[in-house]
Amino acid sequence: MSVLVNKQSKVIVQGFTGSEGTFHAGQMIEYGTNVVGGVTPGKGGTKHLDKPVFNTVEDAVKETGANVSIIFVPPAFAADAIMEAADAGIKVIICITEGIPVKDMIKAKEYIKGKNLTLIGPNCPGVMTPGEAKVGIMPAFIHKPGKIGIVSRSGTLTYEAVDQLSKVGLGQSTCIGIGGDPVIGTTTKEAVKLLMDDPHTEGIIMIGEIGGSMESEAAKWIKENGTKPVVGFIAGQTAPAGRRMGHAGAIVGGADDTAAAKMKIMKDCGLFVVESPADIGETMLKALQKSKATA
Amino acid sequence: MNIHEYQGKEILKKYGVRIQEGIVAETAEAAVEAAKKLNQQTGTEWYVVKAQIHAGGRGKGGGVKLAKNLDEVKDLAGKIIGMNLVTKQTGPEGKHVHKVLISQDVYYPGESKPKEYYMSILLDRNTSKNLIIASTEGGMEIEEVAEHTPEKIIKEWVDPRVGLQGFQARKIAFKLGVEGEAFKEMVNFIQALYKAYEETDSAMFEINPVLKTSDNKILAVDAKVNLDDNALYRHKDLAALRDLNEEDPLEVEASNSGLNYVKLDGNVGCMVNGAGLAMATMDIIKLSGGEPANFLDVGGGANAQTVEAGFRIILKDPNVKAILINIFGGIVRCDRVANGVVEAYKKIGDIKVPIIVRLQGTNAEEGAKIIEQSGLKVFSAILLKDAAAKVKEVLSK
Repeated sequence: MSVLVNKQSKVIVQGFTGSEGTFHAGQMIEYGTNVVGGVTPGKGGTKHLDKPVFNTVEDAVKETGANVSIIFVPPAFAADAIMEAADAGIKVIICITEGIPVKDMIKAKEYIKGKNLTLIGPNCPGVMTPGEAKVGIMPAFIHKPGKIGIVSRSGTLTYEAVDQLSKVGLGQSTCIGIGGDPVIGTTTKEAVKLLMDDPHTEGIIMIGEIGGSMESEAAKWIKENGTKPVVGFIAGQTAPAGRRMGHAGAIVGGADDTAAAKMKIMKDCGLFVVESPADIGETMLKALQKSKATA
Repeated sequence: MNIHEYQGKEILKKYGVRIQEGIVAETAEAAVEAAKKLNQQTGTEWYVVKAQIHAGGRGKGGGVKLAKNLDEVKDLAGKIIGMNLVTKQTGPEGKHVHKVLISQDVYYPGESKPKEYYMSILLDRNTSKNLIIASTEGGMEIEEVAEHTPEKIIKEWVDPRVGLQGFQARKIAFKLGVEGEAFKEMVNFIQALYKAYEETDSAMFEINPVLKTSDNKILAVDAKVNLDDNALYRHKDLAALRDLNEEDPLEVEASNSGLNYVKLDGNVGCMVNGAGLAMATMDIIKLSGGEPANFLDVGGGANAQTVEAGFRIILKDPNVKAILINIFGGIVRCDRVANGVVEAYKKIGDIKVPIIVRLQGTNAEEGAKIIEQSGLKVFSAILLKDAAAKVKEVLSK
């Protein structure tokens, strides 16, 4: 079991023939992901990486029955690509592109509202269900199939957490990189909820950063509805106020979106909060033992 | 990207927002000429001399002064240009003032009393919609108003499908309690302001104060404008407003090399791939007893060139007592990064501070071996925990 993507997912790649799309689609196929084709306007009818190329997502869906799309198109066209996938009936849209103007994302997010689909990202590493499907840019070899779900706003920090989990013998059910932008399709709370509802997932790692209130919202939801141990970390305890830390969404704007404020709320809501990112794996191991002992 | 008050006001004016008029000057003599011209254009006899830096709190810091004649303009402009202005937002080191904005006096007496308001437009991250915030408490810090008198904060969300509607602008104006001619002015002001925000792809507008003059005009006395960096590619004219004087020289150098660097005050420099891991690495440094000297994300493709550029920038900071390189090799291979570190180290030559290199991920073992066999004064680690312990050890020496 897993969430969002699995062996049955039929994946298309938007921006298939570009350099990013080509490289990562190749990696995904090598991992065993069921990539059924790609979309590059103007190149429809050709083949790329032995898969059919289509002019539009609509054509791709009609011909292949695709239900998942991963987007690698440049920032100026990425919001358009999201809306095209939504219009064509794709159920899970994963947008990797970094640097999309906020105004474009506000529009795209409004466009997909009310449609029966999930948007992950933008500015994210994608979604990984180890042993089944890699729909993203994460290094596959650090992952192990298992029962821990991960929700994270960051890329390499997620890899760090995955690596620590694998090293202490804990595999992963699904790892969801929700993205580092201020406007994203799926919030921390929504992603945590997906994993909480997944019967196969036994514990959840929630990695956040400074800026916004997504982690606090998620923590409050977990307090009311949580049934599994959640280990939390917030990056940016040492970040100064008012400065953007790489990610467009990582900026401390007020008293409530500092790392300290979020960590306090998470602790108050019963999460296992780690101060050092080096302790994520071991803390999950202990949290699982503790919850099993009390169960 | 932040821009100056005078630049922000020029943008507003272009979109029909009434502003406190002004002319920018870089010398005391130019300031006097600006004042004369302003007198011809607006009839103002008093002038406000305003320091142009990218930070708020200028008034309290002594960067905004009223001049009642041309001699005072010359005197005050001479004092403010070149001064090191320290405000709540600049930090204790302050900012050097290169320009002043000579502005008309808009607080002149008349039929009614002048009154200040607050207005801002920004993205509400919870709803993914733009939000207009207004308040009758102009001139105050909005955070304080929100904390002590939240009932005085007016909020209006804009539906992305249809944009700001007339009734919303009227609602805000009614709630602010403006009447008669000033009411019409306020409605126009809000609509023009929102149009400017939308069309310039701004990330934030803060107009504090918005002033109702004694003859019932509504105008922007200040303008804090922040543009969406991601959208600058489609606004070449706005991208040209960047003022490198306002940025840390090391940050400018880093951005020229394609690195994402933010200068901080600590003693341990760091170089990391990925923004989240970079912040987490800063946190590790703090937990190990140090203070981060910087945020530095070398991005996805860490290679010899980026590592060398990163080294050079970190080493220019005299406070740096140690450097922690933390790379999680996913797509990028650790042995390549290790070779890059060794190459860069040799190229730069005599590096006095200890360096801890933590390489994890693809070919981590090979990377560690390359570092260890290089004969350089570089410590190698694979686990994040070990890297933290090494930082602690180095700092305690």
